[in-house]
Amino acid sequence: MFSISTFTDGFGPLLWAARYTLLVSGLGIALGLVLGAVICIMGMSKSRPARVFAALWVSYLRGVPMLVQLLVVFFLLPVIGIDVPAIVAAVGTTAVVASAYISEIWRGAINALPKGQAEAAVAIGMAPGDVWRRVILPQAVALSLPALINELILLVKASSLVSVVGIMEITRASQAQAGTTFRPLEAYLAAACIYLAINLCLAAIGRYLEHRMAI
Amino acid sequence: MDLSIFVTYWPILVRGFGMTVFCWILGTAFGMALGLAIALCQRYAPAPFRWLLQIYIEIIRGTPFLVQLFVLYYGGPLIGLRLDALPAGLLGLTIYGSPYFAEIFRSAFRAVPNGQIEAARAIGMAEPTIIRRILLPVGLVSALPALVNFSIILTKETVILSIITVPELMYQTQRMSTETFRYLEANLVLALFFWFFVEVISRIGRRFERRITHYLIERP
Repeated sequence: MFSISTFTDGFGPLLWAARYTLLVSGLGIALGLVLGAVICIMGMSKSRPARVFAALWVSYLRGVPMLVQLLVVFFLLPVIGIDVPAIVAAVGTTAVVASAYISEIWRGAINALPKGQAEAAVAIGMAPGDVWRRVILPQAVALSLPALINELILLVKASSLVSVVGIMEITRASQAQAGTTFRPLEAYLAAACIYLAINLCLAAIGRYLEHRMAI
Repeated sequence: MDLSIFVTYWPILVRGFGMTVFCWILGTAFGMALGLAIALCQRYAPAPFRWLLQIYIEIIRGTPFLVQLFVLYYGGPLIGLRLDALPAGLLGLTIYGSPYFAEIFRSAFRAVPNGQIEAARAIGMAEPTIIRRILLPVGLVSALPALVNFSIILTKETVILSIITVPELMYQTQRMSTETFRYLEANLVLALFFWFFVEVISRIGRRFERRITHYLIERP
């Protein structure tokens, strides 16, 4: 039967392992925001090769399961002579996958802004750089916030997959725990509780920020 | 690069693909059915029951699918729930998909103009008839893009079933690569395959959406 003490004992090591979960998903979304902006700009640019590249990038990364991408990266890097630790491959894959979704989020937010605003800004003599900095971006960021928080929550959950390349994050730690205590139910339920706590916090922060930044 | 492994291994890969499609279709169908039931309960059931469903939705959406599968498959036997890999995988997919589907249906039901339901009540339609004749058909049309979208997400989640040894495509590919030590080729081909598969499904989905929406809404 369910053993409460095994369940509560599990939290210590799992919370310690949560730093890798937070590292992979936090760094993943931070790098993904930068890369996503680049892809978004490429997708909206006038140059056709750049648009095609962005379209392929987004379609590949959204079409292939992250677990498969992770294994491709993990096994590809040594073949092309790059020897990196598993954590780098994991964070890199997460960031690249995130960039595809984030570029689409930003594209949607920018497209959602009324065209008249940019036109009005140009009409009163604003330079194109100013139009972006002062009119388009602040509103686009506010508009895309709910989707970005959503993406962050998805990344926290996706980070459970990096356990398969041997990173000691929550899921891997709970597997280790299940192996030593022979109590898989308690170990995995404890892991589930920690994920749930992280994601409920993120959702609450998201609601707060949305409220603050509402246009 | 050595693609000759595929000459020897294609039969098991085809079997794996069949299993992937099987899991995807059943997982989507069951998940959608459970999601619809949850959405209807959230509309009609008494408050405490609705709160319980909301907690269920939060729990399933807040935890990774991999961890849910582990709880079900490795933790289940401790409380007497002994399942083989395939039934556990299908149950896992159903449970994992249900809250997302429920939310899709819930927002679709809210999009049904209230006037239509009031009008139906006014002419004396019974509540089950209203559900069957107005809420579902009108709601389903607006839900369709989101339903297609989420079922595409579920195709990609099926690879995670390989970790609990459901013999789907990824499981077979991993088996092939451990027997031949050709990890990169196997995974690359798997990636290309999924890329293609998902593109095809999303194209079919878009065409299907256009047709249904046209048929149900735009016809005079």
